[in-house]
Amino acid sequence: MSGTQAGLVVAVFIACAVEATEALTIVMAVGVTRSWRSALIGVGVALVVLAAVTAALGPALTALPINVLRGVVGGLLLVFGLQWLRKAILRASGLKSLHDENAAYAEESHAAADAGPVAPGIDPYAFFVSFKGTLLEGLEVVFIALTFGSNQKDVPLAAAAAAAAVLVMVGIGVMIRAPLARVPENTLKFVVGVMLTSFGTFWGGEGADAHWPGGELALPVLIVGYLAFALVAVAALRRLQAAREQVLSRPVRA
Amino acid sequence: MSRVRALLRFLWDFVIGDDWRIAAAVVVALAATLVVSQSNVPVWWLLPLVVVVILAISVWDVARRRS
Repeated sequence: MSGTQAGLVVAVFIACAVEATEALTIVMAVGVTRSWRSALIGVGVALVVLAAVTAALGPALTALPINVLRGVVGGLLLVFGLQWLRKAILRASGLKSLHDENAAYAEESHAAADAGPVAPGIDPYAFFVSFKGTLLEGLEVVFIALTFGSNQKDVPLAAAAAAAAVLVMVGIGVMIRAPLARVPENTLKFVVGVMLTSFGTFWGGEGADAHWPGGELALPVLIVGYLAFALVAVAALRRLQAAREQVLSRPVRA
Repeated sequence: MSRVRALLRFLWDFVIGDDWRIAAAVVVALAATLVVSQSNVPVWWLLPLVVVVILAISVWDVARRRS
């Protein structure tokens, strides 16, 4: 396995583990509060839709010439990765609230309990909330696995990493029968943001005919460079926040 | 029509996210890289530079708005 393939596996696994954790929280909340059967049918239908999307987009992407693929899909991955990294920096610096699975579970359970009586047969609320949660989180999994897989010309490897992540997280969820609150989601999202941004830059640059010094060795340099930048940004924003709070807490003189 | 609009809205949120300037900067940087690379001038540094600058601008804006 090459260094780029190893990076692909790590990035896809972590990204998909985070998405699976979030989907699991939603399904668990509506399953426990309303109807497991309806929630699981919602998951099943969402998985069918995701499989159809993958079957439609996968071959279309891999049929593109490699430079077009890397330019367009690398660019998309870069934009997508920058979204993750931007949110991760804002969360780590206190400018955006941290993602908390226990709070998300409580919120979903509360909303599910307030949604009226559980319908006999398939409960529409449990079905649709579970369907929507799985579909939205799953689309991110499909997007990440397909963009990484098609750029590396190894969709099966990316798909295997994604499937392994989902199976591991669902397995742990089934065993502990609780939301996976101990998963360090905010840290993982930070790492994923750096990885997606680095791979997106590398492939996007290659697609635009840029020649990276050192070839594939440029990728770990990009990862370390973006990580260092993100950490410096977090430290600077935290200091700014602290200075602002100090000014605001000073008593006003009459 | 509202379904098409909802789909477009979803795609916008999914890919572009909270700050459209990031996507715009990436598109411009990729296009500039492609143009400059045709003249055999080394241009690999442009994309990482744009990424760092636009990310700094985007998070700084959020911090500034908070004050």
